[in-house]
Amino acid sequence: MAVMTYRQALHDTLRDEMLRDERVFLLGEEIGVFEGSYKITAGLLEQFGPRRVRDTPIAEEGFTGAAIGAAMLGLRPVVEIMTINFSLLALDQIVNHAAKIYGMFGGQVSVPLVIRTPGGGGQQLGATHSQNVELYYAFVPGLKVVAPSTPADARSLLQAAIRDDDPVLFLENLALYNTKGEVPDDLAPGEIGRARITRSGHDLTLIGYSRTAHVAAQVAEQLASSEGLNIEVVDLRSLRPLDRTTLIESVRRTHAAVVLEDDWLTYGIGAEVAATISDGAFDDLDAPVRRVAMAEVPLPYAKGLETAALPSVDDVITAVYQTLDAVGRRHLKVGHD
Amino acid sequence: MSAKPTAPSPRTARPRTAKSGSADNDRLVGFYRRMLLIRRFEERTARAYTQAHIGGYCHLNLGEEAAIVGLLSSLEPTDYLFTNYREHGYAIDRGIDPNRVMAELYGRSDGVSKGWGGSMHMFDTAHRLLGGYGIVGGQVPVATGAALAIEYRGGREIVMCTMGDGTTNIGAFHESLNLAALGHLPIVYVVINNRLGMGTTVEMSSAEPELFRRGSAYRMAAARVDGLDPEAVAAAAAIAAASARDGEPYLLEVVSERLRGHSVVDPAKYRSEAEVAELRAHDPVPALAERLMREGALTPEQLEQIDREVLAIVEEAAAFADASPSPDVATLFDYTYASPVANAEGRLPGDPLFPAAPRPEDGDR
Ligand SMILES: Cc1ncc(C[n+]2csc(CCOP(=O)(O)OP(=O)(O)O)c2C)c(N)n1
Ligand SMILES: [Mg+2]
Repeated sequence: MAVMTYRQALHDTLRDEMLRDERVFLLGEEIGVFEGSYKITAGLLEQFGPRRVRDTPIAEEGFTGAAIGAAMLGLRPVVEIMTINFSLLALDQIVNHAAKIYGMFGGQVSVPLVIRTPGGGGQQLGATHSQNVELYYAFVPGLKVVAPSTPADARSLLQAAIRDDDPVLFLENLALYNTKGEVPDDLAPGEIGRARITRSGHDLTLIGYSRTAHVAAQVAEQLASSEGLNIEVVDLRSLRPLDRTTLIESVRRTHAAVVLEDDWLTYGIGAEVAATISDGAFDDLDAPVRRVAMAEVPLPYAKGLETAALPSVDDVITAVYQTLDAVGRRHLKVGHD
Repeated sequence: MSAKPTAPSPRTARPRTAKSGSADNDRLVGFYRRMLLIRRFEERTARAYTQAHIGGYCHLNLGEEAAIVGLLSSLEPTDYLFTNYREHGYAIDRGIDPNRVMAELYGRSDGVSKGWGGSMHMFDTAHRLLGGYGIVGGQVPVATGAALAIEYRGGREIVMCTMGDGTTNIGAFHESLNLAALGHLPIVYVVINNRLGMGTTVEMSSAEPELFRRGSAYRMAAARVDGLDPEAVAAAAAIAAASARDGEPYLLEVVSERLRGHSVVDPAKYRSEAEVAELRAHDPVPALAERLMREGALTPEQLEQIDREVLAIVEEAAAFADASPSPDVATLFDYTYASPVANAEGRLPGDPLFPAAPRPEDGDR
């Protein structure tokens, strides 16, 4: 068991998978000489050489498409796209090609490709550099989308993604790279398509993924000590496939849910989660499912505006209180503030 | 018209004509003053960033000063300029008040983009600077479209669209040049070749590292010029602008330097000390100062005087930015749409879609 950062877990897993399987190679902008914009690939060029750690020109559509082609011939490319914002330049190759080739050609070849890319926001990077557009990929059949929140999940899901025969979009987050956690030495590859209940409780289900899974855990912790509330936390981990069963089972126990997302509310990840809950646990719900998401604006640069537009811990707490108020439970349990 | 691409090597400046006339001297002194303003402004920007007055990504024009003043000398006030995220110097040299450029960096309401854009997104319609773009290559098709609009309306203006060397590998670069050549659009594409993307060299990223040659794929007139020599850049840019004004797009490669890291937070460890020393030796700002002294155009006292004046402008910009109010949070939803629309979203992150229904006196669970 070692304690390490999310960044280290990604780095070590890439290295270990490259050592394990000669077909695994990396490509992306500035991943070699520059060691990666966020230093995930530091030292790998030195260790593996330019055949397996390939610095590409700034050509997201071209090199992502090339990775798809290499995957069709049996290699296992791991593409780094510097941030998810720039993946939009490769959207055609990902959506019209990576996601389609297996099905459209009758299952003759698969595309064992991994696209690693961080989302983020809240660092005054402005409207084009602060988006969380994982939804665009989670929307598309044929793609798998994972969004680990801890170093251990980062490792186990990256192993799973690299060994998977389908294209996997592996969502990272700028705010998670320096977070630490325990990673067991003998960790087995994870299972794509599974959520995890990271804290059990009976008062309400708080749902997050990637960065927001941390916010959910923090809020649950805080309200346990300040209000004696017992909140259950679900970390989605996989956005496609979505583990609807775990969601429904949790809400059947808690009768209320709040979803946290770093994207925009309308048509966002939370909308799918809320619809799932109302489909599968309608009779168990005591209050409408609430979603906490980014304000629907191109994110401004100015700090004050940016802060107002991004969901805060206080926003989540308010949504939790209002949901509990709506069912009358907080009223009975802890009185009104 | 399809002039043959010309290929001087990057560092062979065109032969210098002796400068004896005072008009030439005045022009050169003017260049120097503008270059020094960019230099001091960017140094002040770097300081403000370390003092946490500026956030996000911040890319400086240090080393690019001669290129900027040379290029912009070729533009009329009515011409349009599109740039990338490394654009503070372009904004100032285009004539935008440095106070407002610095206020944008500080994210204040007096900023050129009202604090919404930040370092990468300067925009000012009055000076026809139509951005500041943070997505590599994003400005190239857009600038091409602006040229299309000019051609459509039959105007005399041109568009200048600057980008980095790395940007020539984005698909949209090729799509745009092809469109411009087919449509005989009035646009000058400028590649600022500082020989690096972030840490990737031109040779590593471009199979044809003489980037101006890419014009030939579109039969577009093209040239390469020494970006450390403001006069050479101005002369080359004048030819390019004249071509565009005649309805033939042009590709101008300006070989330049980036004196620091890719952005203010990049320590540029991938550069050797020798390389950095070489860069410093080529620094266009002191080089021009020396030349002006050598040729008797300016005395050391006059040089110092210019520096004092420029520093005063820059310090005032910082003070102005610091005093400018932050944008009011109440304006958060003011710029999502240009025209009013029914049911537009205007909720803050914690707001419910629907206000809670009235709750029975005591919940019965
Ligand atoms: C589509 C896209 N991909 C990647 C990036 C990240 N990025 C920002 S600047 C840059 C390097 C650009 O190099 P160049 O075009 O030479 O311009 P320079 O910064 O040297 O002026 C990269 C890769 C981006 N902003 N947009
Ligand atoms: Mg460059």
